[in-house]
Amino acid sequence: MSTLPSIQAGLDGAMPDMGLAEAARRRLVVRDSARRSIGRRRTAGRAMQAICLIAVPIGVAPLVALVVATVSKGAGAVNVGFLLHAPTPEGVPGGGISTAIVGSGEIVAYAIALAVPMGLFIALFLFERPGGIASAVRFSADVLSGVPSIVIGIFTYAVFVERFHHFSDLAAGFALGVLMLPIMVRANEEAMRTVSVDLWEAGVSLGARRSRVARSIVLRGALPGVVTGNLLAVARGVGETAPLLFTVASPTFAMTLLIFNDATEPFPDAQQAAWGTALVLLALVLTLSVCARTVAWTLNRKTR
Amino acid sequence: MKRHDEVTDPVSNHQTDSHADVESRSGRLAKESKAPADRPDPGAHGAAVTLEDVSISFGDHIAVRNVTLQMPARQVTALVGPSGCGKTSVLRAVNRLHDHTGGAVRGTVRLGSLDVYGPDVQPEVLRSRIGMVFQRPNPFPTMSIFDNVISGLRFNGVHNKRLLREMGIAALHNAALWDIVKDRLSQPAVRLSGGQQQRLCIARALAIEPEVLLMDEPCSALDPVATAKIEDLIRHLSGEVTIALVTHNMFQAARVSDNVAVFLLGDDRVGELVEVGPTDRVFDTPNDARTKAYVTGHVG
Repeated sequence: MSTLPSIQAGLDGAMPDMGLAEAARRRLVVRDSARRSIGRRRTAGRAMQAICLIAVPIGVAPLVALVVATVSKGAGAVNVGFLLHAPTPEGVPGGGISTAIVGSGEIVAYAIALAVPMGLFIALFLFERPGGIASAVRFSADVLSGVPSIVIGIFTYAVFVERFHHFSDLAAGFALGVLMLPIMVRANEEAMRTVSVDLWEAGVSLGARRSRVARSIVLRGALPGVVTGNLLAVARGVGETAPLLFTVASPTFAMTLLIFNDATEPFPDAQQAAWGTALVLLALVLTLSVCARTVAWTLNRKTR
Repeated sequence: MKRHDEVTDPVSNHQTDSHADVESRSGRLAKESKAPADRPDPGAHGAAVTLEDVSISFGDHIAVRNVTLQMPARQVTALVGPSGCGKTSVLRAVNRLHDHTGGAVRGTVRLGSLDVYGPDVQPEVLRSRIGMVFQRPNPFPTMSIFDNVISGLRFNGVHNKRLLREMGIAALHNAALWDIVKDRLSQPAVRLSGGQQQRLCIARALAIEPEVLLMDEPCSALDPVATAKIEDLIRHLSGEVTIALVTHNMFQAARVSDNVAVFLLGDDRVGELVEVGPTDRVFDTPNDARTKAYVTGHVG
């Protein structure tokens, strides 16, 4: 019998008998271990599954509780008149929040007009021209997304309101846009990175200009992620209060400010109105989030 | 039967079926046993894997139907045929990968005499007896070369350092990779070339000493030189372990397989097994006209 250890048996020549026995012994070790440990492994697996199952309701509970509280306290205040009428002074019945809805809409529109195109162009730059400048820009975006919103608000106050001696929705829109921009840039860039290099090269090798490939291949492929990311950034911006504090002329011109103002009033009517406004705002944000998911899903499905 | 005495590991002392296992490795007639679920089982009548009237469907779509096929122990059985005719689906039915992808398997699949889809079978224990190699090399990128090789052992509860080292080295030898990686065992596995990564994946599959090795077009992402090495390895391993090899390369099937099973698409776009037999016979004198057209390259 050959005394070659099994480890000498490479590609050359048959396995010696000893190697066969070694292999059989190794097989027994694995089979035995697999059989003996399966109970423990299954138990550990079930325990982890149970933890995950418990974690899910704990994670979802705050959202559910928040929605339930807002609906139960705010539903009484919300009706068609509440949405269509302007706020009234304290003690005068029949007031609504129409000015705040219009004001918030205007501010967000300005912010979108500023941030969405800028976000796309900056992301395209990061994608198309990687290098030192791109890294610096990316880092700046990360820093900017970490800047507290109140700081953005006071900065806007100094740049716009103080200089022109004038509160305006435009200034508020600028503040919100600055807040949303870095979120959009990173979301757009991530979405563009999901388009494979193969596709980019296929486009370029067909004779397309880089700008055309960026439009037809990169942007088109990234569209679901771009739309989702931008909508979520908008949803985030709609609910911001701090950037508006120093920029909007009156709290009645923005929903979040109105909530803050009314909720701190001692009068029950005002507090009821605050809950109502909160409900409207919450519904708006949830709608935006659902839209983001739906759009992404629809666009993704088309490419299958 | 001196080699029985060499089975010295203490864990095997109380294993009643240890001798049968050794005997099956050394090519002796294996005793038919009642084979409780999940026990190593030498295989009934020399067939390591048996499929009886197996059909696999995904939702409304039937991928392949009525496959009856025996894969003889310690031989290479090639599953050939054009894309989309269900070869890979059949392969994945053997280790129950369809459990996780929503594929429904009907019919009977046996590993030895064990009913793979039997009620008492634990899929994890079943899979610890079957190795699998995929189309693209897929070493775990977060693990070193050696940790990749012994990952299957760890997953199956082997934690003894000495055993892990010994078994990992043996697997690397069996995959003809030891000389290449012996000085860089702790390097990330992704630093290896594509062909070496694939051999690492084979070593990883061999480390659990599988009775059956499932290979799903293992060379489709490799260059000819790397392919030749994998084919050498398959030939070398074939006396040790039962190999099921999916390939759409007829020449590869002819080079490395003992038996070949030809799958084609039926008229209703459902895959079916048209012919199975020893490779030489199927290639030289195919029984089925469709097989003849396919193996001679007129259809594909």
